[in-house]
Amino acid sequence: MPKRTDIEKILIIGAGPIIISQACEFDYSGTQACKALKEEGYSVVLINSNPATIMTDPEFADATYIEPVIPEAVEAVIEKERPDAILPTLGGQTGLNTAVAVAQRGVLEKYNVEMIGATLEAIQKAEDRDSFRKAMRNIGLRIPESGIARSMDDAFKIASKIKYPLIVRPSFTLGGTGGGVAKNEKDLQEMVEAGLDASIISQVMLEESVVGWKEYELELMRDRKDNAVIVCSIENMDPMGVHTGESITVAPIQTLSDKEYQTMRDASIAIMREIGVDTGGSNVQFAVNPENGDMVVVEMNPRVSRSSALASKATGFPIAKIAAKLAVGFTLDEIPNDITGETIAAFEPTLDYCVVKIPRWTFEKFPETKDELTTSMKSVGETMAIGRTFKEALQKGLRSLEIQRYGLGADGADRTEVSRQEIIDKLTIANSERIFYLRYALQKGFSIEEIYQYTGIDPWFLDQINKIIKVEETLTANRDNLTPELLLTAKREGFSDVQLAQITGTTEEAIRQKRYDLNMRPVYKLVDTCAAEFRAATPYYYSTYEQENEARVTDRKKIVILGGGPNRIGQGIEFDYCCVHASFALREEGVESIMVNSNPETVSTDYDTSDQLFFEPLTTEDVLHIIETQKCDGVIVQFGGQTPLNISDDLNRVGVNIIGTHPESIARTEDRKLFAAMLNKLGLIQPPNDTATDVDGALAIAERIGYPVIVRPSFVLGGRAMKIVYTKEELVNFARHAIKASPKYPILVDKFLEDAVELDVDAISDKTGETVIGGIMEHIEEAGIHSGDSACVLPPQSISPEILENIIDATKAMARELNVVGLMNVQYAVKDDTIYIIEVNPRASRTIPFVSKATGVPLAKAAAKVMLGRTLKELNISDTAKNTAHVSVKESVFPFNRFPDVDTLLGPEMKSTGEVMGIDDHFGAAFAKAQLGAGQKLPVEGTIFISVKDSDKQAAAAIGAKFVEMGFSIIATAGTARFFDEKNIANHPIHKVSEGHPHIVDAIINNQVGLVINTGTGMGSQVKRDGYMIRRAALKCGVPYATTIAGGMAMCKGIAELKKRNIAVKAIQAYHRQG
Amino acid sequence: MKALLALEDGRVFDCNSFTGPGETSGEIVFNTGMSGYQEVLTDPSYRGQIVTMTYPLIGNYGVNKADVESARIQVAGFIVREYQDFPSNFRSEGTLAKYLQENNVMGVTDIDTRALTRHIREAGAMRGVISSNQLDPKVLVEKANQIKSMKGQDLVKEVSTDRPYRWVNNQPVPLEKDITALDETTWIDNSRPYKVVVFDYGIKYNILRNLERAGFELVVVPAFTTANRVKQMKPHGIFLSNGPGDPEPVEYAIDTIRDLLGYRPIFGICLGNQLAGLALGGQTYKLKFGHRGINQPVRDIQTGKIEITSQNHGFAVDIESLKTEDVEVTHINLNDNTLEGFRHKGIPLFTVQYHPEASPGPHDANYLFNRFKQLIEET
Repeated sequence: MPKRTDIEKILIIGAGPIIISQACEFDYSGTQACKALKEEGYSVVLINSNPATIMTDPEFADATYIEPVIPEAVEAVIEKERPDAILPTLGGQTGLNTAVAVAQRGVLEKYNVEMIGATLEAIQKAEDRDSFRKAMRNIGLRIPESGIARSMDDAFKIASKIKYPLIVRPSFTLGGTGGGVAKNEKDLQEMVEAGLDASIISQVMLEESVVGWKEYELELMRDRKDNAVIVCSIENMDPMGVHTGESITVAPIQTLSDKEYQTMRDASIAIMREIGVDTGGSNVQFAVNPENGDMVVVEMNPRVSRSSALASKATGFPIAKIAAKLAVGFTLDEIPNDITGETIAAFEPTLDYCVVKIPRWTFEKFPETKDELTTSMKSVGETMAIGRTFKEALQKGLRSLEIQRYGLGADGADRTEVSRQEIIDKLTIANSERIFYLRYALQKGFSIEEIYQYTGIDPWFLDQINKIIKVEETLTANRDNLTPELLLTAKREGFSDVQLAQITGTTEEAIRQKRYDLNMRPVYKLVDTCAAEFRAATPYYYSTYEQENEARVTDRKKIVILGGGPNRIGQGIEFDYCCVHASFALREEGVESIMVNSNPETVSTDYDTSDQLFFEPLTTEDVLHIIETQKCDGVIVQFGGQTPLNISDDLNRVGVNIIGTHPESIARTEDRKLFAAMLNKLGLIQPPNDTATDVDGALAIAERIGYPVIVRPSFVLGGRAMKIVYTKEELVNFARHAIKASPKYPILVDKFLEDAVELDVDAISDKTGETVIGGIMEHIEEAGIHSGDSACVLPPQSISPEILENIIDATKAMARELNVVGLMNVQYAVKDDTIYIIEVNPRASRTIPFVSKATGVPLAKAAAKVMLGRTLKELNISDTAKNTAHVSVKESVFPFNRFPDVDTLLGPEMKSTGEVMGIDDHFGAAFAKAQLGAGQKLPVEGTIFISVKDSDKQAAAAIGAKFVEMGFSIIATAGTARFFDEKNIANHPIHKVSEGHPHIVDAIINNQVGLVINTGTGMGSQVKRDGYMIRRAALKCGVPYATTIAGGMAMCKGIAELKKRNIAVKAIQAYHRQG
Repeated sequence: MKALLALEDGRVFDCNSFTGPGETSGEIVFNTGMSGYQEVLTDPSYRGQIVTMTYPLIGNYGVNKADVESARIQVAGFIVREYQDFPSNFRSEGTLAKYLQENNVMGVTDIDTRALTRHIREAGAMRGVISSNQLDPKVLVEKANQIKSMKGQDLVKEVSTDRPYRWVNNQPVPLEKDITALDETTWIDNSRPYKVVVFDYGIKYNILRNLERAGFELVVVPAFTTANRVKQMKPHGIFLSNGPGDPEPVEYAIDTIRDLLGYRPIFGICLGNQLAGLALGGQTYKLKFGHRGINQPVRDIQTGKIEITSQNHGFAVDIESLKTEDVEVTHINLNDNTLEGFRHKGIPLFTVQYHPEASPGPHDANYLFNRFKQLIEET
């Protein structure tokens, strides 16, 4: 049956900012959906607040609204655009929840909009635990039993119906306190008591424990004729008890026989039918008792998901694209399989390789939180690796993680002395390093059975790991006589040259040379959905050591784009956006694009983004093989963040042509001495600074330039181990940290410019030396907050034209001096009308997508073309775009709610996972939209709580007065209240937590506070503790908060705007048209 | 243990035996299922074939007594990329290597199975020899060329049962009677109103399990059983099973089926479908490399519904040859538009090329067993 013709215009809801559990996979799915629907001739309207997405590029929809993904904004878009249908299943949980809220408000009926993809009823059936339980019973399946207890009596009543062990989970706590697994009545009594106490609403959930059961996932699709196919089966290496997003997972399922697998397949199709997902994709998770095969349904997502993105990359089957086509009425047999080109989408992909996904954590960013994995997700990204065996894929996956590991140990980064007890502890409680502790345990002689008892990890996986270790032992025993046979065995088991060098006591280069002398190189095999049964039309490759190479090498000009690898804090979707644009640019210039990346969530790893896709680790070894196999003309390292830069020296050294800005120029900006010399030459200044290689050196510098100072390691992104220090003690402490974070590189000590205003400038230069300013952004938070965490506004709001002119001149002078060809980002600080250069990065920055969306100039694409030799003049790109008539605000989004014990204060170490953009004609409205998009529910009436440090009191008074004028009432802690009294600003004092009940946290919990403005002093443990309690309570209760005075001031302006009028929405195409 | 796989066209692959020394030969075919290796090994339709699994890791979940499709391993040899010697599954009773050894079937590992598969895809299924005894490629290629071709060989007689048996409680139960004594008194189970004679051309147990579940009383008879004998049994239905190889040389079966056309409702699967096609005057041909896997999409033409099916066949009925007034094509393969099922308009007969009994594979087409029952009820 053909597509529907009764609908013409379709609204797609995006997922909003990147948060933990919702990363770039929804840009991947949304982009596919936009493309698929446009291809079918539908008019596509999109709402998504995340400017760093490809889907929000103006070409991907007919009208693109970069507006908050909240019901009010969606309603406004519907009112304006009058779509016929709304597609809610591609924007993650955010998209789904927002669509449901919009439907419940009666908006869809009012404007006669049909929900396609999944009905409201189906969504509710899947999402509501009770309805879901009933639905499962209807089809003879079950979910773990559970109940809610508000008292001890309740708890015992529930426990009598469910078997022990029981999971006790306090509802709504400030921090992850309480709860656990109760094995008997005594445990239950203790845990429920503690849980009721810890729960703000005195409620605990009890649930049948399936901890330790094997966890599986199936990704399936169904069309409106009830045809259903399983796209991918996934087995979690970590058993139940660890969130699937926190688990190492493997596709396909490894330890089920066909009989058991088919039972699961039948169940998943029955579930999709029963829930009523009539078209599209779903994900069903199962737990299986390893003792007897008992199976329970864990959950079902009636939408595309992180797992479906993984499944798409693992199989070559584009779930989101096909979901979009099914939603408009196509059936599976009407949709071609792009990969084979000769078959159709109505089939089940079969793999002839093994896929391993490994989560990427950033616990080092949140030292207050224990590195423990639970049912709540904390990882910020993931990597995927493909190999012909599990061992090969696992080792490739570990070296793709970019945590300075090159496989399963034996890479020089192993711990040497690990006690039995420590091993047992690390095995028992899952953590980000557990995979390496499996190795330590096996090396120490733990049996597989023992390790299974501690971890619940299926013995099959443990045996695989043991086999890797056995190979390592053989290698070690023959380290002086590494025969070709042994070398090949090692490569086939996934060992990297770095590991082999470490084991045999030589260098990576020597191992590589030895292999090349033996002509031992990997071959490339295709991901083809069909295990070679049909010819593959799409060149999507992975490497392995086998007999036959399938790589197709053309005689066209070819450029490799190195991607950014797994998402992490400091390096995320923004860089993938840039890589995708580089690929588009190559295509437009008629150059063959070859993408290398290991992040399955991304658009860059979609099989049709580039001419060739290599799903590979971004290490020197793996990248070199690709360049050599494909005989590439050049490599782009500017766009993938720090990842490609880390290997650019190695590549350069062996003669790889790095196009664009020369690596030496990059070194000139990274090396402090060279950098200082350059600034000197150009007459520019930077804050007093120096470089130290040890703690004493750092102390001497600080004495000389005066506290406060910023300490940080060179060559790291995201301000890792970066800190503002005010005292000698602090300096000693943090200098140690910094040296640990990057031992190869010196640490930098800079004078910290208190209360300076920071600016970010993105520019682009061509081979003729011409430089165009892409955009200038003023940070809203004052200097000292990491630029990736600070909100910013384009164009600047408080900087004089003269200063801006000087900044432009300085930027252009540096670009010329560095011979930049491509992108450059400069961070400036302005204090007392003096311009300081903070940092120069001759490569794509995190702000490129934001600037491009704000100005309508696709900077990354232009940069790639410039790197290929085009001039800016040819591309018709000039300075003028930066002065937009409208105002764009970027706000960062933080993962604090995932890290129970972490303070929400901002600092020089980056902590945000994502960003949103607010765009409007005035700053206030743009800022308000950015806040709403970031999940802050700004109040338009009620009470504002203000508590600030002394130096902020003057500014806080101005904010307070403004709020009073707008009709808000103010509560304040004693010091702030006194200051306000003096200024005649009406307010009510309230206790700090340390002053006893009823205090501010009580007020927040009781819903009496609409906004918290609280700036920390950083000093004094009691003050710190009080501030911490307030900020955590605000976070937990969803009360918007500002932790800087500048942020508070901006909030005030935004609220003023919101009071004046409802959200007005406007497509970016319209903004760009008016310039 | 080092071994070689040599193909008739001269291509040779290095590999290692994981079942000890030996030599075996047969037609090399590939199966794309990611699970179900034990069912594949014991499927009589693989008689005379060396099967390579395209999924590289095989042996992961071990073997057990329940998942067999016949009384023994049927394949002539087994080729995998990485044999797994440490099975883990609550139903596992032993390793795959031991299972193969007990059945004297050779298994080899560490071979580029994808390269082998691509080779077969391009050049077609071909004869091959695996040996750990003889490591001279030339000799082995020569040997490969001496193997009898699949085409024109009657393999049914090798795998069909010699004696009739009942199928009761998921088990074969030998019949006291000799084949010549089969008549209507053979039926003994009054709780099962419909009696079905099952022709064994190399039947998979799961077909019998499904027929039993559908409520039939079953007597399985040898392939050479005559139409007359069947008529003396006065069954309500006749089932034509799957089986190995080329249908054309199995003339005795084709003749019998022709004699039974219109006598009672007939349901055929796989080789049964091909034999019925020949009996109706159609033609069969050898596919380039066949369909072997559990992900083949088939459309039921009447309902438009798609079934994901389990398949194992190297020959097919020519869809054009069956386009007569009496025959209606009911199912086609969506990958290559080959015939997957037909029915006769005038007499109660329907057959499918694929395996609704699955095992291994999806259960999407399981409804066909009930359709057979309906057909019997209606007739």
